[in-house]
Amino acid sequence: MDTIKSQQVTFKVFRFNEETDYLPYYNTYVLDVTHEEVVLDILNRIKWDHDGSLSYRRSCRHGICGVCAIKANGKGILACKTRLFDLIETFGSEITLEPLSVKRAIKDLIIDKKDFWDKHAAVQPYLVSDIEEHPASEHLVSPHDAEKLLEADYCIQCGACHYSCPALEINEQYFGPAAFAAAYRFSADVRDEASVERLHTVNEEAQGVWDCVKCMECAEVCPKEVNPIEKITKLHNMVFEAGIAKNNVATRHAVGFAHSIAKHGLLDEGELVRYSEGNIGVLKHVPVAIKMFTKGKIVLPWNMPKADKLDEIQKLIKSSSTVKF
Amino acid sequence: MEKLKYALFTGCTAKESTPEQMMSTLAVANKLGIELVELTEASCCGASHLQDYDDFLSLVLNARNIAYAEKHGLTMVTICNTCQLNTAMTKHRLDHNAELKAKVNAKLAEVGLEYKGSSQITHFLYAIIDDFGLDKIKEMVVTPLSQFNIAPFYGCHNIRPSELQNESHKSHESAYTPTSLDDLIIACGGVNVDYEQKNKCCGFHAELQAPRTAAVLTGNAVAGAMDANADWMVTPCPLCHLKLDTQTHHASVAIGREVSLPVLHMQQMVGLALGCTPAELGLNHHVTKVDFV
Repeated sequence: MDTIKSQQVTFKVFRFNEETDYLPYYNTYVLDVTHEEVVLDILNRIKWDHDGSLSYRRSCRHGICGVCAIKANGKGILACKTRLFDLIETFGSEITLEPLSVKRAIKDLIIDKKDFWDKHAAVQPYLVSDIEEHPASEHLVSPHDAEKLLEADYCIQCGACHYSCPALEINEQYFGPAAFAAAYRFSADVRDEASVERLHTVNEEAQGVWDCVKCMECAEVCPKEVNPIEKITKLHNMVFEAGIAKNNVATRHAVGFAHSIAKHGLLDEGELVRYSEGNIGVLKHVPVAIKMFTKGKIVLPWNMPKADKLDEIQKLIKSSSTVKF
Repeated sequence: MEKLKYALFTGCTAKESTPEQMMSTLAVANKLGIELVELTEASCCGASHLQDYDDFLSLVLNARNIAYAEKHGLTMVTICNTCQLNTAMTKHRLDHNAELKAKVNAKLAEVGLEYKGSSQITHFLYAIIDDFGLDKIKEMVVTPLSQFNIAPFYGCHNIRPSELQNESHKSHESAYTPTSLDDLIIACGGVNVDYEQKNKCCGFHAELQAPRTAAVLTGNAVAGAMDANADWMVTPCPLCHLKLDTQTHHASVAIGREVSLPVLHMQQMVGLALGCTPAELGLNHHVTKVDFV
């Protein structure tokens, strides 16, 4: 029989009771953990053997209900599918367990996910389709069309990406990666009839896809490999393809790259800022631009370098472009 | 050891807003005896924005850049995290999707090129660590940076998504506890500083679209390094560098606290340790003055 590997781990567990505590605190437990235990086993052991008042959500134990999402050393995880030995490999033998969002804690590891659900609901996360009450045939989706969902339907609404998103942490209007993945899930469905309506919702500045900072954390943290940022990119593409992209700083910033590459092969950084912001908007960048200029960081238009074989690049842009703005 | 040779994809900033990055890359390569063949035909990678507008065009242009590295039969080395991500992501998508690869190659054929998938793509940071070796760098250090507390700032597009990134280099890097830049600081004789924001976002890519978000992220990063008693920061990404070096005024206003630290490119740090002069490394090109050399 294999010997059971075990290791001593120090757990710091976030404690807070909205009704009685002014500030949160941490309880420390030193436990021997075995290589087959997951974080939820540890939470159960703490609750059952040490402190029955510890509160956390748990239900399916199979990584499908999404309620046990918490953070371990700042990383969003599902408690029921994250092995302790994997955490130890990344973080060492001191593990801090916290709610997904400390500022939304109600009781210990339990948070109020209202903002998550409000944003989720705002993108109409359901199929909108007029179907006869007694249809004569099935509404079939071909395997090819099903592939277009890119596994966005694997999302279990655990909130790990939502509460790890730095853009959302700063701008609370921002929908966040989970809502966008849901918007993509239904807008990419061939049976759906609200695609454009949904795209309008995610196309608004401040709340929409344009505020994504492209940190890739949502792709990293997702326990179901939904890769939300891939869906955010798709939504950007769909906004352009549907012809509903507004003429604003965000859209011009994306389009400006194509213009610049067509002209120089390279990005003309100064021109990108001017084109994105407009002739008046660009003025707010002048103070920084002057500082940069004095340090030799601004290439003047007539000195703009060009890529060799620019004709090749221009030919490819002509033949490979798939959208117009 | 056989002389290391790579195809260098400089990216756009090295030719425009961060000339010091180009200077220091060449100076360090020279010191280490690494040969860099510049891909002068390369286009902009689209910097993670072109693909939002036209994903297919972005793929074709990046595949073209890689095709030129393949022509040389060399590994492509990038010196910008975002170039690295865009190029490696293109490679990953084409190598795992024969239909897409054929579509892209049909376009490249119009200009007599073909994407094969034969070249690896790695950031200069990992080329130095994996291929040259930290021990050898350590041996070559003539000016150890021992009096400095140095805060590593990894930059998102070198460490996330880790599954993709770890295809590109030999050393395993965790997105949550990255070590490469810390190891390099130590090899240069410096003291590596640990702080929460070292693997976080600088906000660069949302600077125009979401200026407040971008400024707060920059502010948090510099404040984190300052609170950990860093003398300066170091980053392998010229876009992080631009944000942290030139935007501290906006960042200070956004977080309500004066923040500012000198920020060095990874190549400049290595160059200083290897005895390059400040002029060779372009240290005079920084907006936040590098006042310690």
